[in-house]
Amino acid sequence: MKSIEELSEIRQRTLEEIKLRKDRNYTGKEKHVLVCGGTGCTSSHSMEIIKRLEEKIKEKNIQNVRVVRTGCFGLCARGPIIVVRPEDTFYAMAKVEDVDEIVEKHLVGGEIVERLLCKDIDGTAVKSLDDLNFYKKQHRVVLKNCGLIDPENIDEYIAFDGYKALEKVLTSMTPEEVIKEVSDSGLRGRGGAGFPTGRKWEFAKNSVADQKYVACNADEGDPGAFMDRSVLEGDPHSIVEAMAIAAYAIGATKGYVYVRAEYPIAVKRLQIAIDQAQEYGLLGKNIMGKGFEFDLEIRLGAGAFVCGEETALMESVEGKRGEPRPRPPFPAVKGLFGKPTLLNNVETYANITQIILNGASWFASIGTEKSKGTKVFALGGNINNVGLVEVPMGITLREIVYDIGGGIPNGRKFKAAQTGGPSGGCIPEEHLDTPIDYESLIAIGSMMGSGGLIIMDDSTCMVNLARFFLDFTVDESCGKCPPCRIGTKRMLEILEKMVAGKGQVGDVEKLEKLALNIKRSSLCGLGQTAPNPVLSTIRYFREEYDAHIKEKRCPSGECKAMTKVMIDKEKCKGCSACSRKCPVNAIQGELKQPFEIDQDKCIKCGVCIATCPFKAISRV
Amino acid sequence: MDKVKITIDGIEMEVPKTYTILDAAREANVDIPTLCHLKDINEIGACRMCIVEVEGARGFVTSCVMPVSDGMVVRTNTPAIRDARKTTLELLLSNHNRSCLTCVRSGNCELQALARKLNVEGIEFEGEKTKTSIDDLSPSIVRDNSKCILCKRCVAVCKKVQEVSAINTMNRGFKSEIGSACNKSLNDVPCSLCGQCIEACPTGALREKDATQKVWEALNNPELYVIVQTAPAVRAAIGEEFGMPIGTLATNEMVAGLKRLGFNKVFDTNTGADLTIMEEGTELIERINNNGVFPMITSCSPGWVRYAESNYPDLLDHLSSAKSPHQMFGAILKSYYAEKENIDPKKMFVVSVMPCVAKKSESEREEMEVDGVRDVDAVLTTREAARMMKEAGVDLSKIEGAPFDNPMGDASGAGAIFGTTGGVMEAALRTVKEILTGEPLDKIDFEEVRGEKGIKEATIKIGDKDIKVAIAHGLGNAKRIMDMIRDGNAPYHFVEIMACPGGCVMGGGQPICDAKTRATVDVRKLRAEALYKLDKELPIRKSHENPVIKKLYEEYLEKPGSHKAHKLLHTSYHPRHYFENE
Repeated sequence: MKSIEELSEIRQRTLEEIKLRKDRNYTGKEKHVLVCGGTGCTSSHSMEIIKRLEEKIKEKNIQNVRVVRTGCFGLCARGPIIVVRPEDTFYAMAKVEDVDEIVEKHLVGGEIVERLLCKDIDGTAVKSLDDLNFYKKQHRVVLKNCGLIDPENIDEYIAFDGYKALEKVLTSMTPEEVIKEVSDSGLRGRGGAGFPTGRKWEFAKNSVADQKYVACNADEGDPGAFMDRSVLEGDPHSIVEAMAIAAYAIGATKGYVYVRAEYPIAVKRLQIAIDQAQEYGLLGKNIMGKGFEFDLEIRLGAGAFVCGEETALMESVEGKRGEPRPRPPFPAVKGLFGKPTLLNNVETYANITQIILNGASWFASIGTEKSKGTKVFALGGNINNVGLVEVPMGITLREIVYDIGGGIPNGRKFKAAQTGGPSGGCIPEEHLDTPIDYESLIAIGSMMGSGGLIIMDDSTCMVNLARFFLDFTVDESCGKCPPCRIGTKRMLEILEKMVAGKGQVGDVEKLEKLALNIKRSSLCGLGQTAPNPVLSTIRYFREEYDAHIKEKRCPSGECKAMTKVMIDKEKCKGCSACSRKCPVNAIQGELKQPFEIDQDKCIKCGVCIATCPFKAISRV
Repeated sequence: MDKVKITIDGIEMEVPKTYTILDAAREANVDIPTLCHLKDINEIGACRMCIVEVEGARGFVTSCVMPVSDGMVVRTNTPAIRDARKTTLELLLSNHNRSCLTCVRSGNCELQALARKLNVEGIEFEGEKTKTSIDDLSPSIVRDNSKCILCKRCVAVCKKVQEVSAINTMNRGFKSEIGSACNKSLNDVPCSLCGQCIEACPTGALREKDATQKVWEALNNPELYVIVQTAPAVRAAIGEEFGMPIGTLATNEMVAGLKRLGFNKVFDTNTGADLTIMEEGTELIERINNNGVFPMITSCSPGWVRYAESNYPDLLDHLSSAKSPHQMFGAILKSYYAEKENIDPKKMFVVSVMPCVAKKSESEREEMEVDGVRDVDAVLTTREAARMMKEAGVDLSKIEGAPFDNPMGDASGAGAIFGTTGGVMEAALRTVKEILTGEPLDKIDFEEVRGEKGIKEATIKIGDKDIKVAIAHGLGNAKRIMDMIRDGNAPYHFVEIMACPGGCVMGGGQPICDAKTRATVDVRKLRAEALYKLDKELPIRKSHENPVIKKLYEEYLEKPGSHKAHKLLHTSYHPRHYFENE
């Protein structure tokens, strides 16, 4: 076990070694080459880059350069990312073949490899990470260590004030004071629903029992969301420390982190963090010599979306089939193994150490009146800067899309943004200036959600989008209650009919009736929110539904079943090229006369469109 | 007890604070519909039928699991609630195999009843149905998942009451289906075939494997001499199928009804029970005198036997080698009685009417035959027997009773109480005590082995010996006894185990009571009382005093445990292995 003094000594020593990563005025000779080791960059070979960097540095016998595998930098679209500090050179989309040049030119020669520098949307190369528009409006609280430290090295975490919050709590705060600090900060649950975190902690504290648990929901399930994964991959100790603080506050001695097995890197790094914390006596009995006991265990989930629902998660942790339980009793009274349990989301926990160290009023100074702090979003879809962003609450969607996200690619127009994934709703252009906070998003029919933010351009069919999300929910419904099990299936069937051009007048009303009853009758949050994507697309894009039903037309052209492939008789020269390529012999005609497509045979594959030398064929 | 004041649909009432809203509503005669709820067994809030509005609550409240609180104002009948319930029910029906006209549960189906009650006039949201399977591979239970509404009452009974856990939900969402591990048949997993799942099922998804056609064919075959025997518990319940109150003893009506079906003879399995006492009692006395394997455990309940073979293969020598009463009786009918009446046993067809579905599987066991002649040829459940009577236009509520046929018809009161938990023990004690002490009993009733407690224990003074006994009913309780034996902590000489909670009166072949009846009426007690009443009224209440039995030993078997008795009346057990080759 490490004493507080020993921890402090480790902090001082390690900080000396790594402070150059933060210190722009550093004048020493050391250089750190930070390479992103998040899932995105890893899948585009960042581990091979690290290996090659280390080989090359050894080969060149370069002293004073250290290669560090970090967590996610956020700008995933440009990965793999290499950042050289202290000068803060930002290399993007690096390949293993580029490594030799970086080593020889930059690390040996001191000359920046211009061609590898990250380019902003306008094409200008950016030298420093801070110069990128992508980062300018971001505010990193949760992600402060991501891309900065080696997540598998506890000393580096300790160096940047790691475990100082736990030390503060154990040496100078009562559990009541901890809860008050969290309450005063205004922090609300980042899993999506936005329940005040301090209140939740208080409920769990007030439950009397011989055993209590804290648990962490890392079962991130929204399609396209990877906020929690990135935190666990980039800064796992922040979760370990926060859970220990929560345990102290509510009187728990045991914790569980429920992570999906589909996150192997996150699981591995979290386990390493737990092992290291145990070795340092930061988990276990008599933590920091203060008589506080707490230990932590990982439980793997099999990736069922419903296991992100708190009671289903608890069933799963207990080794049962992941199905929600009725509430009450609430987890704070009867949670894991029938004992009072505090469950928070990864991102919620990731705020805790900062609140303890910097104070509730510091945290409350960020954000809006009712939504404090920052929010991490996984920005995806039709957007230039796909990646992970952390923004202060109250920022507008427009700022996220255009300033941070770099706008819509391919000269397309913004159509809508989906927040809250399959539980949320779409936000159309008219609401682009809505501030991002819990209440404002609810008011426009969407929700904060856990942080999935999918941008759609004008080629997206909103009916098909609703169908996509329903397809997801139908697949992920646990099947326990009939409204969700059968009701979502029936909604999906109606939507499938619509996108196939077989919608009937009255179908929208049927959808609305089903949606209403599924929302109010379902047992858990999954079913209660599953109809939201349908309702919000009906609300903002009713005319698209009507076009599908009444005109058998998909305005965006996405629903193939409703497009017709037509030959423009004026332009057609009767060359027969299309007819020869058509896989189903749907095109007939006489040479040098306009050809015609038999619509009954046509499968709308588009081969003819690509074949026609006169651009005479198009979808209508 | 702490009470709270609540208002339900304007009715003000005071109820214990441990109540759920549903409990309170039932007390106020406010009928909240339920489907998945099975009191104390399945309280999972899944079916969404019992939703209500509670003033101040966010959204609808699930009344079957929501505790009452002081000042609570509940509305069970608002337009929104009615609309939501109806939509949910319509959704269930849209995914249900609605072949109600030909369903075995038609008229006794909770889903059907609810559709009427909620005035469902059409199904607005038709669509694809879940692809489901039928498991009819076991001799006892048929599962047709096209009629399953996923209420999970069967799963809960199997897991929480029987502690067998042979079934659970497979797959997810719209593809969900109840089944066993690796999609195996119930026949091929450690299912005891007790049939408690059938009793719990609100629809026709679970039923017994039909034997009525086989029995009709036998009855229509002029070559065959068809005998029917009826188990003790059947007479205490079959009346329910004809609208008689729960607990009606309909012995003579049942006999008359069976005669109308065309059976050549109607005999009483209670006589077989008396025979079982003679054999099992003798085995116990032998074990007591020769310091045998203790405790000895009864073997009348085939669900229990199959459970033991699956889960306690190391303890099978504890089980009495005596066959169950109807198997013994079948063997005697096809030997002693056949000889006596000069009937070719190969042309004799024995039908057992049982409160049980495991008996179907038992009768098909390899061991259950003597010299190539099967002991029993067909097993009907109480429900099937009633179904045949209805098919034949027989109404037990309007029939003139008739007595069992002789010479095998007269049984003792000890045989009668075999149908309830503690009954086999009491019957055995009446005989064993008298034989061991050589003196007549001063008291025939052994009250200490009666009652609903899951595990009952008693010490019976027999001469200078203290005989320790235990009675367990329901396989969860059986498990606890068996674990004690395995751990060497069971101090008992004799243990009675019945697979079904409450014993045979609550067997898996008995008339099915809906969830509300189960929650509000003590069905077990009423049916058991009928049997105790019968016992009390009979002139002979000890098995060894039954003249039919005495004569049987004198004329044929010599004495209990004789070579001939062993050949006809005893059996053996073998461990069951599952998943071995996979």
